[in-house]
Amino acid sequence: MNFIDRFVAGWAKYRKPGYYEDFDYAWTMTIDLDRCSGCGACVTACQAENNIPIVGEEELRKGREMQWIRIERYWEGEYPNAKLKFIPMLCQHCDAAPCETVCPVSATYHNQDGLNTQIYNRCIGTRSCAVYCPYEVRYFNYYDHHWDAPLEQQLNPDVTVREKGVMEKCTFCVQRIRQAKDHAKDDGRRRLRDGDVQPACVQSCPTEALNFGDRKDSSSKVYRSMHDPRAYHVLEELNTLPSVVYLKKVETHAD
Amino acid sequence: MPTEEKPLQFADVNNDIVRSLVVTGRNYYITLGIAMFVALACFFFPWFYQLYYGIGAAGMNHPTVWGTYLASFIFWIGLSHSGTLLSCVLHITNSEWRKAMYRSAEAMTLFSLLVAATMVMVHVGRPWFIHWAAPYPNQMGLWPNFKSPLLFDVMAITTYLTGSLIFIYMGSIPDFAAVRDRTSGWRRHLYVLLSLGWRGTDTEWHRLGWAYTFLAVLIIPLAVSVHSIVSWDFAMSLVPGLHQTIFAPYFVVGAIYSGTAGIVTVMFVLRKYMNFEHLITQLHFDNLGKLLLFLSLLWTYINMLELFTGWYSGTSAEYEQIKYKLTGFYAPLYWEMILFCAVAPLLMFSTKFRTSFVPMLVLSIAINIGMYTERFLIIATTLSRQYLPDAWGVYVPSLVEISILVGSLAVFVTLFLIFVKIFPSVSIYEVKETMPQPRKREANLES
Repeated sequence: MNFIDRFVAGWAKYRKPGYYEDFDYAWTMTIDLDRCSGCGACVTACQAENNIPIVGEEELRKGREMQWIRIERYWEGEYPNAKLKFIPMLCQHCDAAPCETVCPVSATYHNQDGLNTQIYNRCIGTRSCAVYCPYEVRYFNYYDHHWDAPLEQQLNPDVTVREKGVMEKCTFCVQRIRQAKDHAKDDGRRRLRDGDVQPACVQSCPTEALNFGDRKDSSSKVYRSMHDPRAYHVLEELNTLPSVVYLKKVETHAD
Repeated sequence: MPTEEKPLQFADVNNDIVRSLVVTGRNYYITLGIAMFVALACFFFPWFYQLYYGIGAAGMNHPTVWGTYLASFIFWIGLSHSGTLLSCVLHITNSEWRKAMYRSAEAMTLFSLLVAATMVMVHVGRPWFIHWAAPYPNQMGLWPNFKSPLLFDVMAITTYLTGSLIFIYMGSIPDFAAVRDRTSGWRRHLYVLLSLGWRGTDTEWHRLGWAYTFLAVLIIPLAVSVHSIVSWDFAMSLVPGLHQTIFAPYFVVGAIYSGTAGIVTVMFVLRKYMNFEHLITQLHFDNLGKLLLFLSLLWTYINMLELFTGWYSGTSAEYEQIKYKLTGFYAPLYWEMILFCAVAPLLMFSTKFRTSFVPMLVLSIAINIGMYTERFLIIATTLSRQYLPDAWGVYVPSLVEISILVGSLAVFVTLFLIFVKIFPSVSIYEVKETMPQPRKREANLES
């Protein structure tokens, strides 16, 4: 096999369409909008788990708040018949992620679990990933954030505190996934079972609107719910192949 | 002997240009001092402030993560575009009128590219790691991402910078030699080095001509590709209003447009303050005016096409984008841009306007203000209205950003002022080519 043949073979392997089907896991989250009450427990849990800085009043006014998961609120109709709808919006871990192609230093890439990961140490802060992301779920550290005296005690030791000039976003609590894998290995299991791992937002959801699991495992809870007839992707027409599946809110026509 | 009627001699050209290098007036030092002070106070000081505290010193926020730094980057790249590109095109088409202006135009290219590269450093969050975007063997065993349009950009700009540098340097070798022969002291040592032992033999001229044309042909596609690639930074995204195939020609035309206007400004200044009245004439302004007019019409056409494409797509996100651009928060800026770049240039249909110096200066500056606005709007309007209405927002530049914008202009002026004292800013040998051959007998009779 000469050099050119090897190159072509390597290229074909690399350029294989649907390469993400061969990942070890395909972590997926389903969000049942029928169950979501917009309470914001997931937002708080995420903030605590992932050392997300509280930017303060002034920064908030400038529109620089950081919430890896945020509750989007949409009002429909005029006052007497106004309706409020919630959509929790977080990184969709797209299999064809626009943010991954644009990063000049590959600081964001797809790992073997089908996660869209962000490497803080590699990020040079061009912020182009945030522009390319149609879901607007990437947050930039405009300053070095710090926690006042007793509060730094509650930082999660498993998660990096990001410095200024670095992009960050939802990781599907990759530290928990890693930990669960370690435990599974200790128990002599090759694969994780459904329910072995839960991101902070899923764990804290009081109405169980959020579900997390491996969609390659057809017995998993998330597999069942993503095949619900109500399932859809946000901005599906952009063909980013998101890993977050939303279940449509059923309209009740009381009148 | 009435000196006014005496035709320009070869020696006069040499003397004029060597004088511009050697004789330095007080005004020059005052201007240089002001430019350097402004560069320090308005560019470097705020930049260090921003490096220390973080990008938060600028006005960017959550939906609009790109701001004036990137707009300035495109603007400077754009301004760079007419220098070397125009010079190459005119060289290949044998345009006589190029010869008085091309050296300063090429210098503009070089310095705008340098300022543009600096703007990237100002723009990114961690500029101390910017070298990671370059492919070099390293102990981390990591390459940059070759799929990224930003990486294409790094490559394209580096190539263009290198090409332009070689092109301007090679074209100046005979002039360095001419200056070498007429100066003394440290200047002589400098020009001995720079002229690479040029003696002016036939073989040397032949090789220079050949290599020069070769490079000119090479640089034209390069210049076009550089700005196409800059446009891909935007067009390859999914953002409504940016994701359009028209962007590459749009950026290229815009770049040549603002660059040509920049040349008019620089030529006016050179003519006025370096006493090149007999070298840079109404003919040059007339011709550049025609080119500017043509480019403005092309630019207007592409702008209409951009709106049309958005409308034709029929998607709500694109509709919202167009509506926001024409009537939203940034609408006054949009209409200012249309006034400066599409309506005002129509004045150049009149020959009288094209051949008057001051109106052309005013118009050229207005065009570049309009073109800066265009670059700003491309970023600000699109990013603040993307798909999810919950993440809509408005971005206003901060004081630091405005200061850095003004400061970058001063950096450019400083570099240019240093350049005119080192490089012969008008090509000596090519200006001589346009002049009538001197007649030996007449000269003898006079003496």
